[in-house]
Amino acid sequence: MSAVADLPAWVQALCGMLILLGSALALVGALGVLRMPSFFQRVHATTLASTLGAWSVAIAAALFFSFGEKRLALHPLLVPALLALTVPVSTFFLMRAAVFRHRRAGTAGVPPPLASQGDSSSAP
Amino acid sequence: MNSVLACALWLGPLMLLLAMACALLRLLLGPLAEDRILALDALYTASVLLVLVLGLRANGGGAYFEVALLIALLGFASSSAMAKFVLRGEVVE
Repeated sequence: MSAVADLPAWVQALCGMLILLGSALALVGALGVLRMPSFFQRVHATTLASTLGAWSVAIAAALFFSFGEKRLALHPLLVPALLALTVPVSTFFLMRAAVFRHRRAGTAGVPPPLASQGDSSSAP
Repeated sequence: MNSVLACALWLGPLMLLLAMACALLRLLLGPLAEDRILALDALYTASVLLVLVLGLRANGGGAYFEVALLIALLGFASSSAMAKFVLRGEVVE
């Protein structure tokens, strides 16, 4: 197990700043989810935490464990890699469902259909 | 310990908990089902980051990394299943 006191000062400072950056991005994203007026604006806000936020926290963890245990420890980077693979897929599903439902309900502010799609009322 | 890292290990979980509280509020308020699913998405992403930071606080002990990986995987499965349900009214057709 690693001892924090053994870490070089620059590693500690870099880890701290990366953790603060990632947490602040997650907080800003969640505030956007809470405060944005419509669904299609809220969707943008969640990506802050799952891309740059997750990468910065995981890089901080990789630096921390690499220098603490005196060996290369890249396993924390698996988490943002997994998020980068899965979050776009689930967000894409959710967006398709939301666009379909909003168009069927006739809500204002729905993104317009692409010219190649033809009829906007057909199921995706 | 360096003051920057000590400050980050206190302030980081606090900010992530605040982010989870915001997402939870949207989950409770959300006018439509899509908003609630999106809030759940933001909630599980923030909890993955929180578990990673708590693993740093625990100084390498425990199974925090595996917990974060499991939350990310199950969050994806549940989020896509709920999106499918909202679209079709069925999870498995």
